[in-house]
Amino acid sequence: MAVLNINGVSHVVDAPGDTKLLWVIREGLRLTGTKFGCGIGLCGACTVHLNGEAVRSCQLQLSDAEGATITTIEGLDPKGQHPVQKAWLELQIPQCGYCQSGQMMNAAAFLESNSSPSDAEILDAMQGNICRCSTYARIKQGVRRAAQMMQEA
Amino acid sequence: MTKHMKDLGGATRRDILVGSAVAGTGLVVGYSVLPHLTGGAREALAAGNFEPSLFLTMEPSGIATVHITKTEMGQHVGTALAQAVAEELEIDWNDVRIDYPDSHEKWGLMITGGSWSVNWTFDRNSRIGAAARMALVEAGANMLGVPASECSAANSTVTHTGTGQSTTYSEIISAGPIDRTFSEDEMKAIELKKFGEYKLVGTSVPALDIPAKIDGTARYGIDVFVPNMAYGRIITWPTRWGAMPNSVDDSAASGIDGYIGTEIIEDPTGVQRGYAIVLAETIWAAEKAAGAVSVDWDLGPNANVSTADILGYAKKATADGEGFAWVIDGDTDAGMSNAATVVEAEYETSLGYHGMMEPMNCVAMEQDGVWHLFTACQWSTRCTAMTAEALGVEPANVVHHQQYAGTGFGRRLEPDAMIPAALAAKAAGRPVKLVFTREQDVMFDFHQSLTYQTVKGGVNVAGDLDTMVHTVCSAWATKRQAPGFLAESVDKKGKIDPFSTNGSDHWYNVPNQYVRSIENVVGQSATPPGQLRAVAPTWTMWAVESFLDEAAHAVGRDPLEFRTSLLKAVGKNVGTPPNTVGGAERLRNALLVAAGRAGYGVKPLPANTGQGIASVTSQERGSPTWTACVAEVHVDPESGEPTVRKLSIAMDVGTAVNPDGVLAQIQGSAIYGTSRVLYENITMKDGSIEQSNFDTWTPMRINQAPEIDVSIIQNGHYPAGTGEPVVTVVGPAIANAIQAAVGARVRSWPITAEKVKAAMQEA
Repeated sequence: MAVLNINGVSHVVDAPGDTKLLWVIREGLRLTGTKFGCGIGLCGACTVHLNGEAVRSCQLQLSDAEGATITTIEGLDPKGQHPVQKAWLELQIPQCGYCQSGQMMNAAAFLESNSSPSDAEILDAMQGNICRCSTYARIKQGVRRAAQMMQEA
Repeated sequence: MTKHMKDLGGATRRDILVGSAVAGTGLVVGYSVLPHLTGGAREALAAGNFEPSLFLTMEPSGIATVHITKTEMGQHVGTALAQAVAEELEIDWNDVRIDYPDSHEKWGLMITGGSWSVNWTFDRNSRIGAAARMALVEAGANMLGVPASECSAANSTVTHTGTGQSTTYSEIISAGPIDRTFSEDEMKAIELKKFGEYKLVGTSVPALDIPAKIDGTARYGIDVFVPNMAYGRIITWPTRWGAMPNSVDDSAASGIDGYIGTEIIEDPTGVQRGYAIVLAETIWAAEKAAGAVSVDWDLGPNANVSTADILGYAKKATADGEGFAWVIDGDTDAGMSNAATVVEAEYETSLGYHGMMEPMNCVAMEQDGVWHLFTACQWSTRCTAMTAEALGVEPANVVHHQQYAGTGFGRRLEPDAMIPAALAAKAAGRPVKLVFTREQDVMFDFHQSLTYQTVKGGVNVAGDLDTMVHTVCSAWATKRQAPGFLAESVDKKGKIDPFSTNGSDHWYNVPNQYVRSIENVVGQSATPPGQLRAVAPTWTMWAVESFLDEAAHAVGRDPLEFRTSLLKAVGKNVGTPPNTVGGAERLRNALLVAAGRAGYGVKPLPANTGQGIASVTSQERGSPTWTACVAEVHVDPESGEPTVRKLSIAMDVGTAVNPDGVLAQIQGSAIYGTSRVLYENITMKDGSIEQSNFDTWTPMRINQAPEIDVSIIQNGHYPAGTGEPVVTVVGPAIANAIQAAVGARVRSWPITAEKVKAAMQEA
């Protein structure tokens, strides 16, 4: 038995310690906003926050996450109104939407560390997240817009 | 597979019923099952002959739900289709909802692709909305005690023009039963709004599917759970197609907590010969067990095939004159012998991977003799029929429950996750959730065919290209998916795949033209071909548009001027309503817009930087979206590395139902096409795909994406598809820009630094 703190809730998880954190989150606890994309940490679809840092949940095991504070897209904001989410809606960024939880989680963590990024910094920060609908032009705008909202807040 | 296509006709000549059985139960709009019912909608509803969910349902609250039988895979299709209904229904957009019904033969052919969705349904959906409005106006006028002819509808309200009295749709539907039948002739006679009169069509209303994609609540196929389900994991085959497990040794897996067993299952449909499928209580146990089980394989017929064999066959078949004619215009022999200049080139495209972010998956469950399949699927009609065949049950007993798709790009036209999920569930006697690994999704894709094309052109003494002989050799996806869709060749000598040849029948005025389409039988078996976003024009336009540039250069003419001189709406290129009205001159206009926006020929460019132009009429000659692109590309003179700096795209869409949705499709497809031509490559060795994940198959990332400038041209003509054409135009525009930059011509994909460097040394 392991205890995971996800989105402010403690979950008792009955799974082997080497289970991928991704599978615990989405298949075990059914927080399905976190997506499986590649399993090797190269697409970013499974991005969650671990103690505030954006991490690839397919690259972590259950035992790595015990005692940590985990946030998924479902818990990014209680009402789904995080500036990144508001910017994503305003700019109509998602197409298929599958990668966008990971995009938003990555962007939110990035903006915590850099509240007024340059375009080059945005591109560098977001390059680990693949979007096959290729919403890249709008993602760049979205990160900029979210930064602006966070500064105004 | 022809038998899977028997329901193609679907709903055709039938009356439209607008009705409610009992007051206060809401309003439904759909086809009658029995043609020309005499009793009207109310009687049909009572008799159960009505198909109440066909198009539109309205609740007493006034909320209207438009039922979308298309797959939502990022194109926001439901929003655009609902806009067409709502425009004529005169409903407040805030009262509009959409849903995605389960598969059923009553829907006719359930397929999403080809940029067909809006193009095929805009007129029908407009008429459905208008019929419902007319019924509501009549009922509302009756309630107000005034003639319907003196009433109008707007914002979910019917108003009497003379007195200003009004009543809402909600009040009308709540008040009493509505019973109105529209004959087919009556439906046809409805006068629809015209371009310029729209209130909702042409506005960028926010996409209805986006809010759920912001907060993690959108449910994709991979997010489905049903009670008591086990997890299935296919053990990866050693070759792309043709391997069959002989036996399994699972002794190393037996200690894994949650491991149930491994089943060897034959597939009678031939999608694969068979499967070794691990079953476990959790996905992690299934994953670990799949790694521990060892399988003895019969490798099948393709174990020695490599990419070189597929290309080698293509070259030989082309040289041997195999294949059949797709276009025979004028006299190419005479044209060629009279030519002042002959230009000849070969073009290749590599195997392509769809690369959906959500890998193939399915949850399969049997309940009371009915099989339920939960996944996103672009072709429910075919996929449920094939799963039924695999299970040995009637197609009517297999139901597909549509989910959001983590993209599709044509990949989800295939039943290759549904079938093993269903077979595994049958073997296990309980529901099974089966998810492809990324490696399986890469290696067991129905890849875009490797293609080989030759083009030979004759330019006459006046400097005009008047003769083209073009051969197109590829594997034929249609032959595998739906042989009934193969077309009789123009020379009546055999069948060819139009969906592998489309685009070679271009809109340029070349009076002597011959196109031959050739099946690559080696590729057909070893790399079962699928349809990938934009389909054949991805390669035919690559050849045609690269060739036009080469021909222009050969006779010292500007590539833009060379093209526009061939684009006159005359002869077979005059165009006809609704889709091609305006003809070739719409393509000329798109070229001029793209050129103007890009500063073609006048913008100062740095050294080793060039602009290349291309124009396309994807998807099909009969349903073109007139599209042009200027690519600005810098080439590193040392390494040959091409960098796409900017893409200026102009697209004549006729009418943009949702302009921001169109913009999103163009932006996305521009990157998708650029990624395909520069970065994406799939190769085969020993019958197996050599790439396996995002480490070896490397699509474009955000930091590599070029600037994109988009011009959407609207002229009031019928809406054209917008999700695919740009995929086909960027490749040749980039190759043409590389030639403009450094004089190097690359004729195969991917366009790598090495190839550019080699071509620079040749130039």
